[in-house]
Amino acid sequence: MTDAVVEVEGLSKRFGAILAVDGLGFSVGAGEIFGLVGPDGAGKTTTMRMLASVMRPDEGHVVVDGIDVLAHPEQTKRHVSYMPQRFGLYDDLTVDENIRFYADLFEVPAELWRQRAETLLAASDMTRFRTRLAGQLSGGMKQKLGLSCALVHTPRVLLLDEPTTGVDPLSRREFWQILYGLRAEGVAMVISTAYLDEAERCDRLALLHRGRLMYCDTPAGLKARMPGAMLEIASPEPRRLRDAVQGLPGVEGVLLVGIGAHVHVDDAAARLPQIAQALAAAGVETTRMETVAPTIEDLFVALLERGEKAS
Amino acid sequence: MRLRRVRAVAVKEVLQIVRDPRSLMIALLIPLMQMFVFGYGVSLDVKHIPLCVQDREASQASRELVRHFGASRYFSAPRPLAGQGEIVRRLDDGTCRIVLVVPADFSRRLNDTGAAAVQALVDGTDSNTANIAANYARAVLSAYSAGLRLDTVQRRGESLQTLSPVDVESRVWFNEDLESRNFIVPGIVALVMAIVGAQLTALTIAREWERGTMEQLVSTPVEPMELLVGKLLPYFGLGLMDAAICLALAVFWFGVPFRGTLFTLFFTTSLFLLVVLCIGYLVSVSIRSQVAASQVALLLTMMPTVLLSGFAFPIDQMPALVRGVTFLVSARYYVHILKAVFLKGSGLTALALPILCLAVYALVLVVLAARAFRKTLD
Repeated sequence: MTDAVVEVEGLSKRFGAILAVDGLGFSVGAGEIFGLVGPDGAGKTTTMRMLASVMRPDEGHVVVDGIDVLAHPEQTKRHVSYMPQRFGLYDDLTVDENIRFYADLFEVPAELWRQRAETLLAASDMTRFRTRLAGQLSGGMKQKLGLSCALVHTPRVLLLDEPTTGVDPLSRREFWQILYGLRAEGVAMVISTAYLDEAERCDRLALLHRGRLMYCDTPAGLKARMPGAMLEIASPEPRRLRDAVQGLPGVEGVLLVGIGAHVHVDDAAARLPQIAQALAAAGVETTRMETVAPTIEDLFVALLERGEKAS
Repeated sequence: MRLRRVRAVAVKEVLQIVRDPRSLMIALLIPLMQMFVFGYGVSLDVKHIPLCVQDREASQASRELVRHFGASRYFSAPRPLAGQGEIVRRLDDGTCRIVLVVPADFSRRLNDTGAAAVQALVDGTDSNTANIAANYARAVLSAYSAGLRLDTVQRRGESLQTLSPVDVESRVWFNEDLESRNFIVPGIVALVMAIVGAQLTALTIAREWERGTMEQLVSTPVEPMELLVGKLLPYFGLGLMDAAICLALAVFWFGVPFRGTLFTLFFTTSLFLLVVLCIGYLVSVSIRSQVAASQVALLLTMMPTVLLSGFAFPIDQMPALVRGVTFLVSARYYVHILKAVFLKGSGLTALALPILCLAVYALVLVVLAARAFRKTLD
């Protein structure tokens, strides 16, 4: 990509014997929402911290907005906003005071930040709470306040580490509305998330596992990479279903879902009759069996399993 | 350094202090308590030593001697003892520290030979007090003897001059009453300022780490120097308030004479305050837990100030090596300055050297504190 705002190359970080991030490389363009997904301990937070230049990498390069972060860690901080996973604002300051504090630190002109604060708080339905202490806000409101503080100056890069963990669905929707607005303004965003439905909203995704980048593509592109097909089998007894299906030839993996199970197979046409037969033999009740498009979660499990086998 | 960011940090810190009335109370009450505890607790004067007397003669002369002891403020009212066994018992259980034994032939010997001996038995467990008690006893006795001699001489009609041709007429300056409190209390002001000053800032950075606010703070363009100045300013104000409390107590409650100027006092206090605030800040930067930071700050300020500042134990009397170490203790200079300002009324010129030392100390610590803070999580 030619207009990359964030460029990462060979990024590594070691904590003692553990390689938390291992040779990571990707780039994020202006107006792009880039998602980092992966299980706990995959290295998402460490990567975020290195991008925000609050942690020094052991190896590799990070270039943000044309500036080498390692060589000039302080220069990039003016144009980057970072929202850590843990709520990082002051509980004993009010909503307004928190925003004001960050506006001062980023030296945002008074008229400008007042106007921005107004807009941001209105967009996240927080105007009523301006004089409330941050410590007395709900989890979702705290995160929205965190975002308002991060956006009170006009960043070119926004780094969000699991911003919607513990946030109610309504607040999450408002949160994403704001992010879409920023995308339209050309802000480059890196967001790590444990919610896979949220990953689907990203423009591109990087799948991390044990500090390594397994796959990096658009959600659609990732889905297309999934070999074989996904069968959805509806059943009132999904656990027995899983036990009966697991280990059959051609079955790559089984994931329990709300209505039954998603079964990943190498070839839908060939395996469907075999599976039906096996289930009938085991006496597992099924109501429906069909080929479906894989979700990000299916993909995630399938790709990680394949990655495990490969390594 | 941007003024706006410094102000932002300072305002934030003030809001946090004001909204936590408990910590504010502690910051203002602790020095008050410490002044009282140390002010009354630390005294090097020995007065009202428990005295027992065994008067084996019970003559007019021996009673006169005992009355002399009773009149001295160094001894308690003499408690009469009966036998040898009681002397041992009293010394054992500590009801008396010194026993005066007047022999049965006291006045006879005095009349016959002009010289008589009395015995003083001193409890030597606390060697310092024992020494002082023995010296006081000697002093009372020599005053009594002098009185006797005067009587004799006058009866003979001789001139007084022949008695003691050369006499020292000593006059004590600065602490005329030789009250140990007068030189201890200014030292205690230094001790309290050292402890409280470092405690004020020991928590300020550690708290940000513990509450998780540091991660976001270090991702902003705020510079270490801006953070240092912004954080120190509010505590500097609080520290000056503490200093005012301590100094007012020293003068108005403990009655220590104050002969210097308020300007000298607050100028030097500001320098010392800067030193101890920076010590607390440095500790807070290096130790990311509030409890541990507070303990370490206490240890770093209290121990050297008590032992090596000369606040109670004279530096001149220390072994050369320890004396050398005291030059590294900032409180040493402040204690020296405080005693001089209080008792001698010394001004800036007389105290130029210790003030300079304190200023250099403060400068070095400010630079260290600003450099110690790293804007990274690892």
